[in-house]
Amino acid sequence: MVELNYHSIESLLKAAKDNDCRLSDLVLAQQAEQMELPEQEIYEKMQENYQVMASCIQPGSAPGLKSTSGLTGGDAYRMRTAVEQGRNLTGPLLGGALYRALAVSELNASMGRIVAAPTAGSCGIVPAAVLTMQEQYKLTEKECVMSLFTASAVGMVIANNASLAGAQGGCQAECGSASAMAAAAIVELAGGTPDMIASAVATALKNILGLVCDPVAGLVEIPCIKRNASGVAGAFVAAELALAGIRSAIPADEVIWSMKKVGDAMPAALKETAEGGLAATPTGRKLHQQVFGIDS
Amino acid sequence: MNVFDILGPVMIGPSSSHTAGAARIGLVTRALLGEKPVQAHIFLHGSFAKTYKGHGTDKALVAGILGMKTDDERIRFSLDVAKKEGLKIQIETGELEDAHPNTAEITLVGAGGEKVSLRGSSIGGGNILITRVNGMEVSLTGQNPALIVLHKDAPGTIAAVTELMAESGVNICNFHLARKEKGGLAVMTIESDSHFGPELNERINCLENIYSSTRLAL
Repeated sequence: MVELNYHSIESLLKAAKDNDCRLSDLVLAQQAEQMELPEQEIYEKMQENYQVMASCIQPGSAPGLKSTSGLTGGDAYRMRTAVEQGRNLTGPLLGGALYRALAVSELNASMGRIVAAPTAGSCGIVPAAVLTMQEQYKLTEKECVMSLFTASAVGMVIANNASLAGAQGGCQAECGSASAMAAAAIVELAGGTPDMIASAVATALKNILGLVCDPVAGLVEIPCIKRNASGVAGAFVAAELALAGIRSAIPADEVIWSMKKVGDAMPAALKETAEGGLAATPTGRKLHQQVFGIDS
Repeated sequence: MNVFDILGPVMIGPSSSHTAGAARIGLVTRALLGEKPVQAHIFLHGSFAKTYKGHGTDKALVAGILGMKTDDERIRFSLDVAKKEGLKIQIETGELEDAHPNTAEITLVGAGGEKVSLRGSSIGGGNILITRVNGMEVSLTGQNPALIVLHKDAPGTIAAVTELMAESGVNICNFHLARKEKGGLAVMTIESDSHFGPELNERINCLENIYSSTRLAL
C-alpha cells in the first residue's frame, strides 16, 4: 500500500520525505493502486497527455492563426519570432516559456486539440513550463512526464481545498492553480527538495491571489491568453526563489485556504460572468458587440 | 478524483461546455437516428443562441452529428465536412421555455427517411443532459451506457425489455418512461452500470410493440 492522500501539501511533503523519493514516484504508485491498473499503463496515459501538449506548440505559434471569434491569434508567433531572432529581453528560457504558453492558449481559442491543465482556460501554463525545461536543460521525456504527476498532485490538493473553476474562484483558481502546479513541476525537474516544492507552490499562488475572471465577451481569449503567459512566468519566479532556498512565510496549505476565502468573497460579476473587470470596459463591450452583434 | 481529472481530458477548445458538451449532444442525436443524416435543423437557446459564433458551438454540434468524437481535430472544419458529405444544416436561435442556458434542439432526417428530434443541454465540464427525445421528456446524462427504446405503450412491454437486460447480466441504475398518450408512442430511457453489446438491441428489437432500440455508449 502507498500511503498518500491529497488533502494537504504538507502530507504530500511528509510522504515524499518519509519514503525518501521523488513526489512523482509516489503519486504514480498511489494512482496505479487507486485506479487498479499497472503503473506502466498510468504512465503511458500521462505520456500521451504530454505528447498532446507538445503537439500544440507548432500549430499554436504558426503565423496567421486566428481564433473562432477573430479576436485573437498570432501573438505566440510574434513572441516565438522574437525569441528565435534572439531579440527578447529575458533570453530563451523565459521567452520560450512565454511563447509556448501563448501557443497552447491561442490554439485552444481556435478550436485546436489541447489538454485541460487543469482547465481549458489555463491550458498553456503547465505545458509551457515543462516543455521549456525539457528544451533548455536537455531533460528526458520520462523526467518531464513524471513531473506532471507532481503537478497533478498539487492540483488535486487545490481542488480538494479550494476550486479549479473560474466561475467559483476567479482566475486565481484557474491560472493560479496552473501556475502553482507548473512551479512544482519545475522544482522537481530542477532537482529541488519536497520543501522547495511546497515553497514554490505557496509563492506562485500568493503572487496571483485575488486575480478575477473577467473574460471579454465571455470568451476564453482576452485576457486569458496573456494570463497564461504571465502564469508560466510566475511559475518560474516561484520556482527560482524556492530553489535558492527562499521559504514562503505562509505555508502552502494556508495560502490555498486563503485562495478559497478570497474566491468566496469575490462578487459574481468577477467570476466568469463577463459582467465586470476588463469585460465591462468600453473596449471590452465594443469587442463583445463586434463578435456577437448584441450588447452585453 | 485522479491525476487525469487534473491533467486532462484531451479536448477541443475553447471551452468544455461549448465544444465538448455540444459535440456530445450532436453525437447522441446521430446515434439515435441510426443512419447517415442528410438534414439537420438546430435550434439554439439561451447562451448557446447568443454566443455560438464566438465559441464555435455550431461547429461542435455539427461535428457530433457527423459522428466526430469530442477530441476530434476536424471539429473546427465540421461545417466544410458537412457540405462535402451532403448534410444540409439550418441554424435558428430563439427562446425555449424552462431550458438550461446552454440548450440545443436538434432535428435530424436520415438518408433512409428516419427522423429524430432531441433536446440537450451542456451542463458544465463537457457533461450533458438530454431532456427530450421526439417531444417526450427523458433524462439522460450520457455518462453511463444507456438504452433508448421507442415503443408502443402496452402492458408487459417494460417487463419484457428489462427481463432481457437481466438475462444479459446488465444492472439498471436509472429508468425513465415517457409517453404521449395511453396506448400511444412511448420512450424508455434506461441507464446501466455495465457495457452491453448490440446483440441485446437485436433481441429487444424482436420483442412485440418495440419500434426501435438504440444503444448509447459515449
